[in-house]
Amino acid sequence: MELSGAKIFVESLKAEGVDTIFGYPGGAVLFLYDELDKAAGELNHILVRHEQGAVHAAEGYAKSTNKVGVAIVTSGPGATNAVTGIADAYMDSVPLVVFTGQVPRALIGNDAFQEVDIIGITRPCVKHNFLVKNIEDLAATIKKAFYIAGSGRPGPVLIDIPKDITDGKEKIAFDYPDTVDIRSYNPNVKGNPRQIRLAATALLESKTPILYTGGGVILSDGAEQLTELARLLNFPVTNTLMGLGGYPATDPLFVGMLGMHGTYEANMAMHKSDLVVAIGSRFDDRVTGNIEKFCPNAKIIHVDIDPASISKNVKVDIPIVGDVKQVLTDLLVELKQRDEKPDEEALAEWWRQINEWRKTDCLKYEQGEDVITAQYVIDKYWQLTNGEAYVCSDVGQHQMWAAQYYKFDEPLRWINSGGLGTMGFGLPAAMGVQLAHPDAEVACITGDGSIQMCIQELATCTQYQLPINIISLNNGYLGMVRQWQEFFYQKRYSMSYMDSLPDFVKLAEAYGHVGLQIKDPADVEGALKQAIDDKKRLYFLDFITNPEENVYPMIPAGAGQNEMILV
Amino acid sequence: MENESGALSRVVGLFSARGYNIESLSVAPTDDDSLSRLTLVTRGSEQIVEQILKQLNKLIEVVKVTDLSDFKHIEREMMLIKLEVRQADSVATIKQIADVFRAKVIDLSHKTFTIEVSGKGEKLDAFIEAMSEQNILEVVRSGCIGIARGNIALKA
Repeated sequence: MELSGAKIFVESLKAEGVDTIFGYPGGAVLFLYDELDKAAGELNHILVRHEQGAVHAAEGYAKSTNKVGVAIVTSGPGATNAVTGIADAYMDSVPLVVFTGQVPRALIGNDAFQEVDIIGITRPCVKHNFLVKNIEDLAATIKKAFYIAGSGRPGPVLIDIPKDITDGKEKIAFDYPDTVDIRSYNPNVKGNPRQIRLAATALLESKTPILYTGGGVILSDGAEQLTELARLLNFPVTNTLMGLGGYPATDPLFVGMLGMHGTYEANMAMHKSDLVVAIGSRFDDRVTGNIEKFCPNAKIIHVDIDPASISKNVKVDIPIVGDVKQVLTDLLVELKQRDEKPDEEALAEWWRQINEWRKTDCLKYEQGEDVITAQYVIDKYWQLTNGEAYVCSDVGQHQMWAAQYYKFDEPLRWINSGGLGTMGFGLPAAMGVQLAHPDAEVACITGDGSIQMCIQELATCTQYQLPINIISLNNGYLGMVRQWQEFFYQKRYSMSYMDSLPDFVKLAEAYGHVGLQIKDPADVEGALKQAIDDKKRLYFLDFITNPEENVYPMIPAGAGQNEMILV
Repeated sequence: MENESGALSRVVGLFSARGYNIESLSVAPTDDDSLSRLTLVTRGSEQIVEQILKQLNKLIEVVKVTDLSDFKHIEREMMLIKLEVRQADSVATIKQIADVFRAKVIDLSHKTFTIEVSGKGEKLDAFIEAMSEQNILEVVRSGCIGIARGNIALKA
């Protein structure tokens, strides 16, 4: 049977096991959309209201399942609208395949209508991209793209398809390749056994160790191995923003998130440790603070699948290139074989010190009777959902509070934009999560600034009846910007006041959802409960919160991890 | 790297995005049609060079990378240089200097001399220095290419 390019596209997606794709049509992708229409039921297309939403939704889908997310947009402005989402996926290592339409091959390079060089534009922010030049290459290209996106360090792959390849004038036999072989791409999954042995020795010899774990644990599905390792050794565990849920937050070995807005005990433990075991984390500047002052006395073990991340910012003593789950499995075998334990007395002393730091109670907040504090809303939501919700976040103070106060015990539940920090991510990502988990409780924690960036996706939520709960922490400011302006710019609040806020309740209702504005702290619990209990409808909860609340602790720019501002 | 369009762009883009400098660059297909060889000269601390190598390896089209300065190796660059013939005796002078450098005269008119020189970058620098009293009209240098000495060979 000979198939058109558009049909090959659909059949290839089905062969990859894709059942959901997010997108927005346009001229260059009309033939593809024609075939998508015929495939409805087997391959479901979700129509968003802005291409940025399509890519963020695909990200939410991928981040909550570890499957490859798929999006399709048209040429020109459709493709450029998708760039922010693609850069976001690149920074957070999200497995994504994005299809962009392109003008017919004969018109490429001619300044044609809705033409952009999307391959050139996205080159620095994709794991790889392809321009399909012949219909014969289409199936193999799709196979390669999915392979590249989902293997090694995951990332977004873009496929640019010229319209005339899909128009059906040319038809070829469809043969979806079983395997793909890229001679220049062979991610190293298994850690070097000698390095693993060195690491085991270092772990057993350390006196004040800490496990510094990140997004790599979640991406490689290594939470179980990490939990086993930490408990076997009785070592403290800290998570980066991207690693939350990789270790149960309610477990006593967990000392909280570290970094710029991490807990006092996590940052102090890092600073004073003699062995930092980095697992699936990359020593990002939000974590290290001033790099000259970072972990002055520690030996560093670094487990990462990307060799370029090792010794990039910080010199590593025992590098192990490999998949986190694999390496931890081998490490556990090695440790159990040796049947030794670390110095119990030294560890007991270390825990005594850590518990001393914990007494600072750096995340303590006060909920008065007059004004709602954002921290209280998150804390309540965590209690009411038993810590089991999928929490998607936008970017800003609310994001930091969500990370601090919602304790994640499971991976794949915390969905946020860490590396790029894209405002507007929350709502479309929540859509992707809800579609991947139709019966789950999904929240979008956001702020008055962030929610306005992709607000048009409320229509998508109506069309597909997605009962997301939008928890908007409305303080009337771009909170994080205002906080920096308060600390470092003598309270000159330049452009951080959110003037002319809409009536969010009316706005939500205009889209067919339920809108509630909550001003009284006494009403917080009731409103949250109502939203959680209603599994059919989207609730937009506009919480009016304390306008000049700050996120603490904070490591200011140029300071070391131990130089936190606490209150 | 794979001999595909976009591969060169990706390498160059990587350098500019990360702020590394390219001092010279040369690229052409190899005896294997599907592969091209890119030779690039850059400068940096040991840590930076290590990062560059790792980042290059990440690129999907890059098959293999080596740092030639790790081995005993040979470097070559080619230069075409056009000189003005001012007086009758400058012809002899130019020809003498060219002979010393084992350079070839590839074009001659009654106003100009065009010479081809090849060798290590330092030799070409010395040639320009030696010709500094003549009127140099134009200098075109290729990128530097290199190959390891002995058995070590860069193959896919």
